[in-house]
Amino acid sequence: MSKTIIIDGKIIPFEDGQTIMDAAMAAGIYIPHLCHQPEFTPHGSCKLCTVNVNGRNCSACTFPAMEGQEVLSETKELINDRRRITQMLFVEGNHLCPGCEKSGNCQLQAVGYHLNMLDSHFPHFYPDRKVDASHPDVMIDQSRCILCTLCVRASQQEDGKSVFAVSGRGINKCLIFNAQSGLLKDTDLDAADRAAHICPTGAIIIKRTGYRVPIGQRVYDDKEIDQVSLETEAEHLEHGE
Amino acid sequence: MKQFIQGIAANSRYQATHLLQILRQIQFRYHYIPQTAIEQLSTLLNIPRTQIVSVAEFYSFLHLEPRGQYELLISDSITDHMLGKENLIGYLAKKLDVDIGEVRADGVVSLDNTSCTGMCDQGPAGLVNGYALTRLDHSAIDKIAELVNQQKPLNEWPAELFQVNDNIYKSGLLLDQQIEQGAALRSAFKRGIGETLMEIDKSGLRGRGGAGFKTAMKWRFCSEEQQNERYVVCNADEGEPGTFKDRVLLNTYADQVFEGMTVCAAIIGAKQGFVYLRGEYLHLQDKLQNILDQRRQKGLLGNNILNTGLDFDIEIHLGAGAYICGEESALIESLEGKPGIPRNRPPYPVTHGYLGKPTVVNNVETFLAAAAIAVNGGDWFASIGTEKSKGTKILSISGDCARPGIYEYPFGVTVRTILNDCGATDVQGVQVGGPSGTFISNQEFDRKLAFEDLATGGSFIVFNSTRNILDVAQNFTHFFAHESCGFCTPCRVGTSLLKKQMDKIVEGHGASGDIVALEELCRLVKNYSHCGLGQTAANPIITTMERYLDLYEKQLKDISFEPGFDLDGSLEIARSLANRDDVGAHLAQTVATGSIPAATVPPGERT
Repeated sequence: MSKTIIIDGKIIPFEDGQTIMDAAMAAGIYIPHLCHQPEFTPHGSCKLCTVNVNGRNCSACTFPAMEGQEVLSETKELINDRRRITQMLFVEGNHLCPGCEKSGNCQLQAVGYHLNMLDSHFPHFYPDRKVDASHPDVMIDQSRCILCTLCVRASQQEDGKSVFAVSGRGINKCLIFNAQSGLLKDTDLDAADRAAHICPTGAIIIKRTGYRVPIGQRVYDDKEIDQVSLETEAEHLEHGE
Repeated sequence: MKQFIQGIAANSRYQATHLLQILRQIQFRYHYIPQTAIEQLSTLLNIPRTQIVSVAEFYSFLHLEPRGQYELLISDSITDHMLGKENLIGYLAKKLDVDIGEVRADGVVSLDNTSCTGMCDQGPAGLVNGYALTRLDHSAIDKIAELVNQQKPLNEWPAELFQVNDNIYKSGLLLDQQIEQGAALRSAFKRGIGETLMEIDKSGLRGRGGAGFKTAMKWRFCSEEQQNERYVVCNADEGEPGTFKDRVLLNTYADQVFEGMTVCAAIIGAKQGFVYLRGEYLHLQDKLQNILDQRRQKGLLGNNILNTGLDFDIEIHLGAGAYICGEESALIESLEGKPGIPRNRPPYPVTHGYLGKPTVVNNVETFLAAAAIAVNGGDWFASIGTEKSKGTKILSISGDCARPGIYEYPFGVTVRTILNDCGATDVQGVQVGGPSGTFISNQEFDRKLAFEDLATGGSFIVFNSTRNILDVAQNFTHFFAHESCGFCTPCRVGTSLLKKQMDKIVEGHGASGDIVALEELCRLVKNYSHCGLGQTAANPIITTMERYLDLYEKQLKDISFEPGFDLDGSLEIARSLANRDDVGAHLAQTVATGSIPAATVPPGERT
């Protein structure tokens, strides 16, 4: 008898060591998320994957699955609040989808669509954030950074480098690059690095690839993010084990 | 500089866990963290430079750009405001000819605000190069400005500027008599270590930081972990505005606190302990270090304590201006030399704490009480207090009262009793437990301080009827936005949105929908934040809105929508460029429902 948890009334098996997110994904249940990728150590910072576990809110990506858990995920309240959290991410940065190369491939945008986000709800911050175009092959626009740290983790855990880190405190947090000059060109980032390709938004862009895939043929143009996520990430999870 | 940095790195045995301590020393010496220091440390400690930059940019007292040789900070706590802080900092800025937040052109002095420095009973307060300044007034500021302009070294400044008083007005079970040095350890060993844990269990002692976890249970969980290394950490990062009792306990009862830590070490099997002292209490560092040395000489610390075979020592780590480090897992991150970002839990520190090892983190007062219980037994403590809250609580009382200071009460004491004792009259309300706690109105003075009613870490700020409740809630809301670590979305963005929304209403730009928007935001920040900071950041607004909704509503404009900024003021630049200041170049800010906004009226038709 395998151990089970209940998610929105469905009985879901899990193994020791799995998080609620792992168990849900393996069972084909999508829980919205942005800072999580099953290949990397969970971070638990975007809070989109917040679920209610026996009456208490927890991040599904970090909270261990345990026998006896009754998890609520697709409730009206949680869906509405996830939309609000997504809107927070939108107003915090400068996310101008129509002019962004990532449009259609962007997870932030796709999650916004998935959660039926129709406006930004909160007042915009319009922060003045830096663009670093110094690297020959990679460009970073901090206006679009949501501080998910996926690039930080990918650089450390997969590329074996430490190109990125998050610095600062509170609303002034930003990405920094490991170079004495502070410029991306002086880091050991290579365009082939996983970290250069993992950004869920358009903050990290590979140069000279813009619009090679036309709008209309992009990842989220035909499929919603729940379907894409379950097809790609859950598959990886199985292979990873 | 190279030699200096080499020296302090060597003193820290090149351990990256000492990064914050090293950076503090560099900041103290050079008034910033120079680029060359970052490069050198990166090599010496074998860590990426990004780690050093991220630590330097996380803590308020560290800077990558030079500050003045005299770094002056003025406490921005609500109690300082009530004592005229705003006027004083303006006076100081004028006297020193430096703008707030800036460094004077000659590099001699910089001036800025800082979060509550823990001197609420003797404010307005400040810091100069980390050292506490108390009871600031115009004459003290004249003196300070003169000393700065003469560039007098700090050790030649008059001592009265730095005088910190205990102000103990009411002592009880714990403060009445300090245990004799070594008494708790002797009793514990005589009685037996396991039996001593049972006495602490019997005492019903719960954590004094505010959360109230049973101390004996925490120690037992930690001792039961299958690990060969364990740690004891004393949380002396009391950053909650209005709290200063740990400052007094460490000034006058430090021996007993260290003894409590040592008893804990004996029980859980730890060899190393840390006191995480908030940076604002730098003035206590040498004194505490001397007491630790004395204890080592007397065989109460170090190897083979009291010939029992117990090896245990205590190291003091200083914070550097980050309220979040009072959260136990953020504190542990900070002890490891990293930015103070709360960890994901589980696992909890009792199983995975400092360097991933089982760790007990307790408040200063908890260790003080544990030492007394080890001497006097569990019943002695449990005989006082209430069913669910045993013993006494040490309060830091400040604000509008005749005698601000330290008061010890049995749990279950009413707010009314406390107000009488501290000489508070004409009271409008009390902030119990600091900004993260509850604001109670004068209809609730029969409520009791206890985990089952008003839980508190000890902060107790009194407001009389002349105070504007909205200013109080606004000050606290700004505090949380400033102190949010920025890790999770709801707190990072939400506390800044709360600040904007609160400012909008308080400054008179709120319209009818803005209270609902504020309530929704409070709920989001409270329910979705990663740690206690975010989960309580909306409390000042929630608890005052529950009680004084009319005050909020009175601020609103009688229209359905109101821009969140000063419309006319925003046109100032355009006016000056166009060299116009006629009636047509101005916009009316507010228009009652139904009337036509001024901007839509053709210029010719305006009167």
